[in-house]
Amino acid sequence: MTVLHSAPRYSPFDGVLETLSAALGDMIVSAREQHGEIVIHVVRERVVEALQALRDTHEYQQLMDIAGADYPARPERFEVVYCLLSLTKNHRLIVKVSTDEATPVPTVTGLWPNASWYEREVYDLYGVLFAGHPDLRRILTDYGFQGHPFRKDFPLTGYVELRYSEEDKRVVYEKVELAQDLRQFDFMSPWEGAHYVLPGDEKAEGNKA
Amino acid sequence: MSLSLEQSPTTGDEVITNYTINFGPQHPAAHGVLRMVMELDGEIVERVDPHVGLLHRGTEKLIEHKTYLQALPYFDRLDYCSPLAMEHSYVLAVEKLLNLEVPLRAQYLRVLFAELTRICNHMLNLGSHVMDVGAMTPNLWLFEIREDCLNFFERASGARMHAAWYRPGGVHQDVPLKLLTDIADWLDTRLPQLFDDAMSLVVDNRIFKQRNVDIAIVSRDDAIAWGFSGPMIRGSGIPWDLRKSQPYDVYDRMDFEVPVGTRGDCYDRFMVRVEEVRQSARIMKQCLAEMPEGPISSTDRKVVPPKRGEMKQSMEALIHHFKLYTEGFHVPAGEVYVATESPKGEFGVYLVSDGTNKPYRCKIRPTAFSHLQAMDFMTKGHMLPDVTAIIGAIDVVFGECDR
Repeated sequence: MTVLHSAPRYSPFDGVLETLSAALGDMIVSAREQHGEIVIHVVRERVVEALQALRDTHEYQQLMDIAGADYPARPERFEVVYCLLSLTKNHRLIVKVSTDEATPVPTVTGLWPNASWYEREVYDLYGVLFAGHPDLRRILTDYGFQGHPFRKDFPLTGYVELRYSEEDKRVVYEKVELAQDLRQFDFMSPWEGAHYVLPGDEKAEGNKA
Repeated sequence: MSLSLEQSPTTGDEVITNYTINFGPQHPAAHGVLRMVMELDGEIVERVDPHVGLLHRGTEKLIEHKTYLQALPYFDRLDYCSPLAMEHSYVLAVEKLLNLEVPLRAQYLRVLFAELTRICNHMLNLGSHVMDVGAMTPNLWLFEIREDCLNFFERASGARMHAAWYRPGGVHQDVPLKLLTDIADWLDTRLPQLFDDAMSLVVDNRIFKQRNVDIAIVSRDDAIAWGFSGPMIRGSGIPWDLRKSQPYDVYDRMDFEVPVGTRGDCYDRFMVRVEEVRQSARIMKQCLAEMPEGPISSTDRKVVPPKRGEMKQSMEALIHHFKLYTEGFHVPAGEVYVATESPKGEFGVYLVSDGTNKPYRCKIRPTAFSHLQAMDFMTKGHMLPDVTAIIGAIDVVFGECDR
């Protein structure tokens, strides 16, 4: 595919996918190149080993980011995504592992000290546990917050809201009360892609059965 | 600052007391809502634990509930000191997924305004850094320049700060010719005058140097391991600039230099930013000289809505207008990580699309997260007043850090 966009251009990926696949061997679950990004899915238990190999022998020196993502339909619903950068080879690489609510991911704080806050963030927002993390506290949400707000089953409005109470002379937490339901417009065209029953259609569908 | 006294284990008759003090969240030198729990031995900082997240608004979650176009204005509100630089990463990420071609004039306009944003951002940072260590006047002069920048943003987009002017496919509106000539005049006259005046007060000032030289030295290896980027990594002597090494838009046509520091202290970071302002002005002059005429946004009608005038004349344009402002455009499934050189460092967007009209996941990589994490090792052994200089040199904005 010809590249038409003007997004950051770095060294071409020719042969990198093959080299890395060979080097990491059975640590890899799957590896692909798509939209000009190399995405390598590695075995969860061996993520430290894989990232150490990438850092020390393949010159991906910097860990730029760790992102969480939630795919509730999958058996292992969470993905932890590591974005690596090579300063010498001028490359970027996406490495990911998958996990569920209960299974911890080995921490990479031993490889990069800045992984600490990124892992805390993924823990805070998704509830993914990191085994061996020295200080796995919440980071972005409020002190004493309950739940993991970026999970797909956590409502956008949340469960509690806070206000300053003049009577109590302090901030109080209350259940969210909306005068009007949060409106989620579904603008997907019903002719292509949208899968929902239009009001009234359920009768017709019911008769068929 | 609240103060609590705790008794440390004593040896013999001597009583050693360690202070735990709470720096912020409401403190003018904290550059926003940073709370730091600091352990002090006298006036020496022993341990720092920054608490962030007081400005957490759940931007990434909100974006998952908006179409690609509706999500754009959220980026202005991340780093509200350099709004257009934030939009830049996002529009490039969307364009990368769509593989959308952007006309040359739009690329020039984006680079021009990205550099204007860099100047605007550095004016705020340099000014407040200087003020944090005790000088008043330069800040007032630098804010004059910042005010000019904001006026230019207003003339281009209609908004002083939250421009929402970069759009997937180009920019929203073309700029009037008078604006470009005014920017050119400003670059030749007002900017160098005010900026050089302000800097002449600071850069060789004895007090300013005493407060910054040899404070928080970060070695090259540390800078790499902690994921530093932008002026922070350049201050440590690594010539790494995404505009040079991974050029986007028309940065590969621009001729500019990447300033680097020699010692990796706060003074070097400050001076890197000072030089970056001059290089930005140089890039802007090249943009103004080379900018071609032509369309300012992609001609792909399935992504870029038609202009209002066209909509009044053509039935097809009306349909496109309606569809693009309600349903929006669909983005092919996939994931990309796109990072640009924002004034504060590497600002990245990890965008996952599932093929619908809304992003499935949009992770924002804030520049401040890596830098602020390193506060503990940077401040260790320094005096309490040095902390403000170190925060000033990090250039942290909490809209972006907390998201």
